[in-house]
Amino acid sequence: MKYVTLVITLVLTLTIFYVLNTKMGSLPPLGQFLNPVSGIWQNETDESISGAVSIPGLTDKVTVHYDEQLIPHVFAQNEHDLYKAQGYITAKHRLWQLEFQTHAAAGRLSEIFGEGALTYDRTERRRGMGYGAEQVIAYMKQHDPETLGFMQDYADGVNAYIDQLHPNDYPVEYKLLDYTPERWSIKKSSLLLMYMTKTLAGYDDDLEYTNVLRLIGKENFDLLFPDFFDSTDPVIPSNTDWSFIDVPQTPLPASKAVLDTIPETIAKPHPDNGSNNWAISDKKSATGNAILANDPHLSLNLPSIWFVMQLSTPSHNAFGATIPGALGVISGFNQHIAWGETNATRDVIDWYKIKFNDDRTQYRYDNQWKDVMVRVEDIKVKGRENFKDTVLYTHHGPVVYDVNFKSDNERSGYAMRWIAHDGGNNQKTFIELNKAKNYDDYVNALQHWNAPAQNFVFASTQGNIALWIQGKFANKWEGQGKFLMDGSKPENDWQSYIPKRFNAHTKNPERGFVSSANQHPVDENYPYYVFNDRYETYRNRVINDFFASKETFSVQDFKDLHNNNYNLKAAELVPYMLEHMETSSLSEDEKTIYNEIKAWDFNNDINEVGPSIWRQWYGKLYTMLWDELDSDTMALTKPKTYQTIYILKNYGNHEFMDIVETKDKTETAKDLFLLAFKAAAKRLKEIKEKDGDYTWANYKGTHIGHLLQGLPAFSRFDIPIGGDRNIVNATSEDHGPSWRMIVEMTSPPTGLGIYPGGQSGNPGSKYYDNFIDDWAAGTYHSLNFMQSDQKTTDIIGSQTLKPKQNE
Amino acid sequence: MSKNRINFIATLGLAILLSFVLPWWSIMIAALLSALSIPLQKAAVFFIPFLAIVVFWILYCFILSSANDFILAKKIAQLLQIGGNPYLLILLTGIIGGVAAGISGILGKQLSVVFLHKK
Repeated sequence: MKYVTLVITLVLTLTIFYVLNTKMGSLPPLGQFLNPVSGIWQNETDESISGAVSIPGLTDKVTVHYDEQLIPHVFAQNEHDLYKAQGYITAKHRLWQLEFQTHAAAGRLSEIFGEGALTYDRTERRRGMGYGAEQVIAYMKQHDPETLGFMQDYADGVNAYIDQLHPNDYPVEYKLLDYTPERWSIKKSSLLLMYMTKTLAGYDDDLEYTNVLRLIGKENFDLLFPDFFDSTDPVIPSNTDWSFIDVPQTPLPASKAVLDTIPETIAKPHPDNGSNNWAISDKKSATGNAILANDPHLSLNLPSIWFVMQLSTPSHNAFGATIPGALGVISGFNQHIAWGETNATRDVIDWYKIKFNDDRTQYRYDNQWKDVMVRVEDIKVKGRENFKDTVLYTHHGPVVYDVNFKSDNERSGYAMRWIAHDGGNNQKTFIELNKAKNYDDYVNALQHWNAPAQNFVFASTQGNIALWIQGKFANKWEGQGKFLMDGSKPENDWQSYIPKRFNAHTKNPERGFVSSANQHPVDENYPYYVFNDRYETYRNRVINDFFASKETFSVQDFKDLHNNNYNLKAAELVPYMLEHMETSSLSEDEKTIYNEIKAWDFNNDINEVGPSIWRQWYGKLYTMLWDELDSDTMALTKPKTYQTIYILKNYGNHEFMDIVETKDKTETAKDLFLLAFKAAAKRLKEIKEKDGDYTWANYKGTHIGHLLQGLPAFSRFDIPIGGDRNIVNATSEDHGPSWRMIVEMTSPPTGLGIYPGGQSGNPGSKYYDNFIDDWAAGTYHSLNFMQSDQKTTDIIGSQTLKPKQNE
Repeated sequence: MSKNRINFIATLGLAILLSFVLPWWSIMIAALLSALSIPLQKAAVFFIPFLAIVVFWILYCFILSSANDFILAKKIAQLLQIGGNPYLLILLTGIIGGVAAGISGILGKQLSVVFLHKK
């Protein structure tokens, strides 16, 4: 009997051990996860910010002061030590994010999440993320071993932190998902740079356009998707003289688009990824100092994409927003200049149809057969054997779509030509900008920049302002790359690149300010083809009108403009709809809503109901109008808002106005206004019954999701902030100003900055999300730009990083 | 001192010591070893190690978490869908540890009965 009892208790003990030591579905291994000695209770604390730490490979002492916002002010004696310290400090506060972002970039999420992430991973690998990162390293090895050395320093710094990290102190996400951090490398920093490129220059609609063109014909296509809108307010002012450009645009070959049917395309970055930046010269400034502002609009996440730091050596002193994984300050200032970026939104991805031979070892090009290069992507999948994906590479680039992925044609595929595969040295641009002292240094720093093409804004303590649209751009023939091209014809290849000195730019323009908001770079007088499918058309005009409205501007004006909620697109359509809509059939409830939007002044403020009515009304209208472009069997895209409004107002009787479903009736724009309004009113009534009201803050419900699939426990919800997409304050539900910076070019510069997050990546820290309320309220934190390593009063902790002895 | 008390102190002491060198299941080893060397009777076989570990874990959790305003405990309590209540999470943590230790205590007792012929 006692043996039976023994066996039963033994089994029971082993069972409880197994249950508490094993990850069960989404539940972490509870014994490991919850025990106070090594589990999450150890993360119930802030990161330590005092004392001394030994770091291998440091050549000298590095002092790190933390201010009350937990911004580290790093004082190193040389650049190698500086980037080691940046790696170390970044890892200390953001280790999990640092690694997770590069796993995501590399297509390695299946390792953590299992099979569910496999399509994502395959997509990232097939678009050549890993290949592109390898090209970056190859390029730098050949041309710039110095910067590569700094990247190794950064890696050493991250690894110094990982090596001394006890498993008890692993960030909570590792404990939740039950895995461990791996060592950092140059490759990971390169992947991070690829991730930036994908986020900002990874969007294109070429294949969708191809389908639309085949469906509706050229005349309708050109009406719906014009190269230029009826009015443009470009980044580089319209009256700019381009006569110095002596390299002509590539002449048009006799090439036709390939009108294939493409059923499905790969996932794309968020279409709202964009930004604002602007600067005013000393003459336009109320104080006589140039002022610069930048606010990049990205997905709102925790931990935030940005980590604010001061990075200094005896020869330079930079301050601003860094991105975990990249070296130096990305958007910020030093003692002499300030800089910031917005996305240039140019089309740097084109697609080529590839014809293979029977065994898919060669493809047709210039009436010959050319060998394909085979790259096997070996994808680790948690709980399963690895998945091997064969990707064929042509001279254009990877064949993303073929018989193995989203296509069933044995003999053909679509290859991607993407500037991000060309290698490059973006990292050097940031390192040089951090050290730049004047306009010439800034221009020199930009020479290394290939992609993602950016509008780099500049201001200096000398009062100069400038803006360069920088990137490596193909010198395309008119219309090149708008649609799928025949990959066998050499004339369809990118023939050459626009010399960088001919990239559009402006220095100290007469109007006294420069600005960019992802709109058209230039007007039609610029001699190169600059088409893109998603130039912005609203924020730019609000910003430029603002700076044309008076003589001089102050920092307060800059704050007001960042927080400007004026909804120009509603202002351009709502009055027209109200005027032309037949109102006699409106019910009492609908009348109420009608009067509400009639009374709206077009500001998307949190307590207004107008923005919610507009969203519903326009949303329904858009769906009804473009129902011709709904399809389950092929990938399509629909016109942009600007052109939609233009067509509604100028082509009210066009065949597209008809709702396809209603066979016996042919609708016009006027009919759609009413139908959409009634549908919107019905929906708004439902929202009111469910949520109490539809004021803008409630309707929009801005939230900031944790990077791990928006894990609610680590996210923030219902943040009271106005704005919306296409508004200067571009805050939509989950996307918006991810960093707001204003720098007045006093000597030394005076900086203000804030972002929707906090310096710590630890959900258990009070610094995890402590900036969010101030950010939502439109306020700023003043940035303590320390001029020496002497402690000031707002320093709450200091840490010394020391060279490790006995090496 | 009663055997109950001695076992309690031994389990607690061993658990704390072993936690420096072993993962979370050090509490199971501690309970097992105490039960082997200091056998208990009846319900105490389970409840003494159970209580020892409940006290150890709950106290330690509380000290760590209260010093940080329970910021993370609230979030983890939400994550595990127990209503965002940090005290409930602390209690749950204690009970998980306690049950694991209690069961190990029973195993220790059975081992001592079979192999050491102790009663």
